[in-house]
Amino acid sequence: MTVSAWQAFWLIVQREMRLSFRRPEQLLQPLVFFLIVTTLFPLGLSLQLSLLRDIAPGVLWVAALLSALLSLDFLFKSDADDGTLEQLALSGHGLTLIVAAKTLAHWLVTGLALVVVSPIVGTALGIPIEAFATMLLSLALGTLTLSWLGAIGAGLTIGLRRGNVLLSLIVLPLATPLLIFGAAATERAVSGTSVAGALYFLAALCVFTCTLAPFAAAAALRITME
Amino acid sequence: MSIAPDGLSVDKIHVWRGDRHVLQGVSTHISRGELLHVSGPNGTGKTTLLRVVSGLLRPEQGSVSWRGQSIATHRTEYQAALAYAAHEPALKGDLTALENLRFSVGLKRRCQPDELRAALDRTKVAACADLPARVLSAGQRRRVSLARVIAMQASVWLLDEPYANLDAAGSELVSELLQAHVTAGGLALVVAHRELALACDVRRLELNS
Repeated sequence: MTVSAWQAFWLIVQREMRLSFRRPEQLLQPLVFFLIVTTLFPLGLSLQLSLLRDIAPGVLWVAALLSALLSLDFLFKSDADDGTLEQLALSGHGLTLIVAAKTLAHWLVTGLALVVVSPIVGTALGIPIEAFATMLLSLALGTLTLSWLGAIGAGLTIGLRRGNVLLSLIVLPLATPLLIFGAAATERAVSGTSVAGALYFLAALCVFTCTLAPFAAAAALRITME
Repeated sequence: MSIAPDGLSVDKIHVWRGDRHVLQGVSTHISRGELLHVSGPNGTGKTTLLRVVSGLLRPEQGSVSWRGQSIATHRTEYQAALAYAAHEPALKGDLTALENLRFSVGLKRRCQPDELRAALDRTKVAACADLPARVLSAGQRRRVSLARVIAMQASVWLLDEPYANLDAAGSELVSELLQAHVTAGGLALVVAHRELALACDVRRLELNS
């Protein structure tokens, strides 16, 4: 009995989730980093609440991108180190499917977790509750896009000893549109103006990377595995 | 060179690693029910050959074909019939032995936990089924990776040093498994330094620098 592509996809997602929950420190690290960085800003700047509210969207987004980036290094590296990536590559399912399943699972345990804790940070930074829906949606789209971009970077850098630094250098410039439109969406929600334009742009970026990044990341992995 | 319909053909493979010409025109054929024992001094490209045959590494020149079709173009069919065991056992330390098997064999074919336990039992590590792979000894990990090869029920076995880290009983077991696989009509490519004393059809390929 052969295994269909969907079954393989869900099996890999399950595998990744189980591995993540066996290593809770890897899950908590980016979250704690996110909370600490966003707490440092008001402490360092000692601003009034109104000024804090103005910089809050930017602070929130920079911190979210950096902490999501922290976890990207683990995406393929541990599998490449212990040889299980080769087993996956020879499983009879295309690398594209494997990359897509791994990246989605990675986002579920890192990106989505950031989205879930962001209301705490939002409250601490004085973002009004009315803006939370936009903030959550834009962060969800932004972190998912970043995971796809990161998969390409992680695929290119698994063979390198100091790969994580290079990974940041590859991924962060590509992530600037996310920062611009994500922070803009949150800022507009705070000031009460229309957020549709910025959100549509984020959604478009997300669809663009969801459809093309798995192929690019699979090609990158194929090269580095040789 | 005529290509037999059933079997694995390696045709004039050339591989360079940087400036080093590692494989210089290696050609061979393995039919069903045959075992190819690849040996040679260190650094002569035994593992490289195995990776080329598995499809992980694309050769600069030459081709590998399975049942008369190039493995580069018929990747999915070939990989479904393939069990590859690299030099390292390729187990996730945080998963139990059984979970390791479930997540790798499960991608090849649908299987029940009982079958996987039976495979672990065959390689005498049934007691380790629910232990995380990181607490297992090197020999036990090797046995779990052999159990994975059995459970895949593949017709092509590519094994890199399957005897490494194993005690006398374990080496005996590997020989038994290889013999059973080959006599049942499977084919195997085994990289090993030691002599293989098997009661089945064994051909030898010696790689030299």
